[in-house]
Amino acid sequence: MIALEHVSKTYGGIPAVDDVSLQIPTGEIYGIVGQSGAGKSTLARLVNLIERPDSGRVVVDGTDLTALGTGDLRAARRRIGMVFQRFNLLGSRSVRGNVELALELDGTSAAKRRARAQEMLDLVGLGHRGDASVHELSGGQQQRVGIARALAAGPSVLLSDEATSALDPETTTSILDLYRRINAELGLTVLLITHEMDVVKSTCDSAALIEQGRVIESGRLTDVIRTPGSRLTSQLFPLGPIPAGADPRAAVIDITFAGGTADRPVIARIARDHEVDVSLLGALVEQIAGTQAGRTRLEVPAEAASAVIADLRGQGLIVDVLRAAGSTQKGDAA
Amino acid sequence: MNEQLLSLLLVATGQTLYMVGVALLATIVIGLPLGVVLVGTEQGRFLSSPFGSRRAGIVINRVLDFVVNLGRSVPFIILMVALIPFTRLIVGTFIGPTAAIVPLSVVAIPFFARMVEIAIKEVDDGLLEVAASLGASRWQLVTKVLLPEAAPAMLLGLSTTVTSIINFSAMVGTVAGGGLGDVAIRYGYQQYSWIHIVSVIVIIFAIVMVLQGLASWGARRLARRSPRKPASSARMQRADARSTA
Repeated sequence: MIALEHVSKTYGGIPAVDDVSLQIPTGEIYGIVGQSGAGKSTLARLVNLIERPDSGRVVVDGTDLTALGTGDLRAARRRIGMVFQRFNLLGSRSVRGNVELALELDGTSAAKRRARAQEMLDLVGLGHRGDASVHELSGGQQQRVGIARALAAGPSVLLSDEATSALDPETTTSILDLYRRINAELGLTVLLITHEMDVVKSTCDSAALIEQGRVIESGRLTDVIRTPGSRLTSQLFPLGPIPAGADPRAAVIDITFAGGTADRPVIARIARDHEVDVSLLGALVEQIAGTQAGRTRLEVPAEAASAVIADLRGQGLIVDVLRAAGSTQKGDAA
Repeated sequence: MNEQLLSLLLVATGQTLYMVGVALLATIVIGLPLGVVLVGTEQGRFLSSPFGSRRAGIVINRVLDFVVNLGRSVPFIILMVALIPFTRLIVGTFIGPTAAIVPLSVVAIPFFARMVEIAIKEVDDGLLEVAASLGASRWQLVTKVLLPEAAPAMLLGLSTTVTSIINFSAMVGTVAGGGLGDVAIRYGYQQYSWIHIVSVIVIIFAIVMVLQGLASWGARRLARRSPRKPASSARMQRADARSTA
């Protein structure tokens, strides 16, 4: 369990992380999403205290890291592995040497180091490349070495800072698969910092959306997509802006289908029951946190809008009103 | 080439190698830690608060920076003379190859310290984060990450340093320090003997070439590297576009 309690960090008067409180349950893959400059990477560095917060507490597995002295903090950091966007491997060492570095620092014997490094390289699928120079490896392979190094000391938490952002889509998929396997086999809590919604969709159990150093929204994805007006959900289903040229007086609504409601013939039934013509403006079906979920954007004629919305909500569907009937402006999400 | 000349050159070469060798050793032993402290005590770096005091870090950094600049800016021939009392104190005399080691070291140490400073500054900041994330102490950061990563650049810096020590060792000949410079001055300059001048030039050139070659070879071995591959920026742009959609 990682708990951030009212954590803030300022650089030159500009808040990078602003009063963030988050609870990250043990054994979850937890995504921190946001655009570049939102403060995600700073947040990651506050978890292992590479950056010290100006205020607030960081509690990992029951230990308040902000209260530890230098020596204890170093020991605590060995329980938190970190994977970096640019891999950050040491060019002066072989692949195995990079993994062993993690163990040299806590005085593990040479024989144990070697065995453990081999075990970790096997885990990430590079067991045969131990003697290679890191510069002989591809980007994806280098990141695997980075992951092996982060895991070598046997941490309980893995921090991944944009680990797939420098990789191509196929390699990204294979690294994310590796994360899921590590999470399942070793029971590690994984904190995934990313700007890619696809990474969250395919890999995370929970996520927090960060904007300008603040948490806008957070929670389990299966709950998030059932929350009306969720910003995270609208980013998970990138339907884009309301298309121009549609009837300016008609209502525009997004219906989110999660789990059991995903396969009901909603649109046909509305058209029939309310005797209106609804237009389909967009639709997406995604695998989110292992379950199928979909979002449909409809244009509903103004006169029938309120009845249709009430009907859909009555059936337990999540309806976000993007534009209310009769208005030409974008309405608030209900 | 007569036998007298040969034995003269042999002795002089031996003296030069002795002066340069010992001065080089002193340069590494003192200049390397000096360079590390010089970088480390810079604000925001790993030694910016030695003994828990930021003030101490700033003071140490300023003092070292001043000393290094002073050592590098005084012309060697003046430094050599100015150091005579100090040399006497340490060696007991200011004449001869052993005495020459003192000014040679004094001039080479700040030079090499700057080389070490530059080499360490070029180590990727990301590796400092790695060391911190793995729970490295300051000592481990220096010995396991910074020095090995900076080693190729430091070795090349060392070979530049040796070249200038050899250069200065010839100048030491003017105050009777012995060595090849002494031969060049006494026989070449004062007796107009071209054979002595040319021989000295050839020997010094050969020494420098061998050392440079060794250093370059060593640096390549230590580096193990080919140029870093740039991150796929196209991929990042695409992902950015998607996340802002």
